[in-house]
Amino acid sequence: MTETMLLVPMRTAKQGVALNQGKLKDAYKKETSTVEIKQEDMDRLGLKTGDRVRLRAGTEEVIVSCKPRKEGKKVQDTATGIIFLPYGPISSALMTDGDTAGTGMPDSKHLIVEIEGPLAQEESDG
Amino acid sequence: MDSSVAAEPNIRVVKNATCTFCGCVCDDMELTVDLDQKRITKAKNACVLGKAWFAEHSVDESRPVAMIEGKEVSLDEAIDEAAKILVNARFPVIYGMSNSTSEAQRETVKMADLLSANVDSTSSVCHGPTGMGLQGVGEPTTTLGEVKNRADMIVYWGCNPSDCHPRLSTHYAVNPKGMYIPNGRKDRTVINVDVRSTTTTNIADVFVQVKPGSDFELLWGLRILVRGGKLNPAFEEQTGVPIDVIENLASRLMSCNYGILFFGMGLTMTRGRHYNASALHMLATDLNEHTHFVVKPARGHGNVTGADTVMSWQTGYPFGINFNRGYPRHEPGEFTTTDIMCRGEADAACIIASDPMANFAKPAIDHMKKIPMISFDPKPTPTSQAARVAFTTACYGINTPGTVYRMDDIPIPLRPAFESPFPSDLDILKPLVKRIRELKRAQY
Repeated sequence: MTETMLLVPMRTAKQGVALNQGKLKDAYKKETSTVEIKQEDMDRLGLKTGDRVRLRAGTEEVIVSCKPRKEGKKVQDTATGIIFLPYGPISSALMTDGDTAGTGMPDSKHLIVEIEGPLAQEESDG
Repeated sequence: MDSSVAAEPNIRVVKNATCTFCGCVCDDMELTVDLDQKRITKAKNACVLGKAWFAEHSVDESRPVAMIEGKEVSLDEAIDEAAKILVNARFPVIYGMSNSTSEAQRETVKMADLLSANVDSTSSVCHGPTGMGLQGVGEPTTTLGEVKNRADMIVYWGCNPSDCHPRLSTHYAVNPKGMYIPNGRKDRTVINVDVRSTTTTNIADVFVQVKPGSDFELLWGLRILVRGGKLNPAFEEQTGVPIDVIENLASRLMSCNYGILFFGMGLTMTRGRHYNASALHMLATDLNEHTHFVVKPARGHGNVTGADTVMSWQTGYPFGINFNRGYPRHEPGEFTTTDIMCRGEADAACIIASDPMANFAKPAIDHMKKIPMISFDPKPTPTSQAARVAFTTACYGINTPGTVYRMDDIPIPLRPAFESPFPSDLDILKPLVKRIRELKRAQY
């Protein structure tokens, strides 16, 4: 199943811990290649924790794992159609537009992507 | 005050050490150091990020001090090669500095001036738009000490300090008791504005969910209310926030005694960028007609604030600076590194203590793969892997002394825990500048 969603790269505490271990180490790679999706969206797309999904922006595409997004304990938000991925080489690969509107800053937290999944094992390996 | 005392053989305890992982720059660390193994075994008072910062920066003596094209070379050979790359370039770019001391940042600006190069810090893809915004409208500013002692209204807008700056709340802004905040958390109201709920929402009294890309409209709506106007119902559709919620928020902001707006990349990396930052600063200015209100960007890396500060007092500008006419010029969009790389203009790059190959836009990374790069980093990164000359450096704050600036522009001294066999950024920059000067003289 394929849908268009808004990808918002973000920081997480786990990512901050992992980058101290090293950006070339598995912990950092794993954290920066796991996209967080609202449970409601995961259910609609037929996704389970750990499923592989394809994210496509322009001519670039990456394959990442997915997991349900942790929401606030006291307040549930209504942010459907928005997915979150910790900053790193994967999110950079999807930042295909380097236009900064004369500021130096790309629209880093507003990436329109197509999400496709769940992928079959052989497809996500390839 | 003696900051270190010997506890037992080969174990050293460093009191009042400074954590340089994030912009909080907490300077109340108590580090237990195993001098034999050259590692920190305990970091009392550190948050989860600080504990990882101290624990994971032991010394790996198997790493070469310098490499050219992936092959081990001496420090002198690498400095000579780096100097040649930079001197022979027509448009060299020097970038990074946010994880380096202000002493090294000062030397970096000197190097840029000598090379007629472009110099830029990670601010340009962080709070650069904030700098642009506040230059236009002014900055109602403060220190974290004032926040601790006076603030009864804390607003976290487009930032998630519980994940990114854990002690911003627990040490400075929310939990501590202060001079005029005798009951700590009970005397403060915390408001979180974001496109989604986060771990920061868990500590907030009020959560306001704004539609992605609509922060400017919500800020402008609040300005209208604070200035005595009424909101058009269209604001609700535009921002996703009910009118009564916006009115309630404005009322709370106006009725506090001392309020602070902390904000993050949720404003600077989205539609509006510097206009969002301007609107936030103007809202604080408007609120000062009713009460006392201030603004602080939640800065990321340990000394990114220092990079802005040092470049401002060295050149007059905080980031995105070009020396190619012999004097400094500042033009975001023209002299900011992402733009230069995306346009394919730079023909060499010197990356100091940062990792643009892991967080720049794809077209910028594609260009950086084509040009000779020099990298300074304590650990291997995508940038050091792509660099023609890669220096392994000592870790600032853990191995080297110096000065860093906290997110509220307060300079904090570093108290290193143990010595590293690797040179600091400054130890490399000084002979590099000397060698560049020699090569430049030989050209004329």
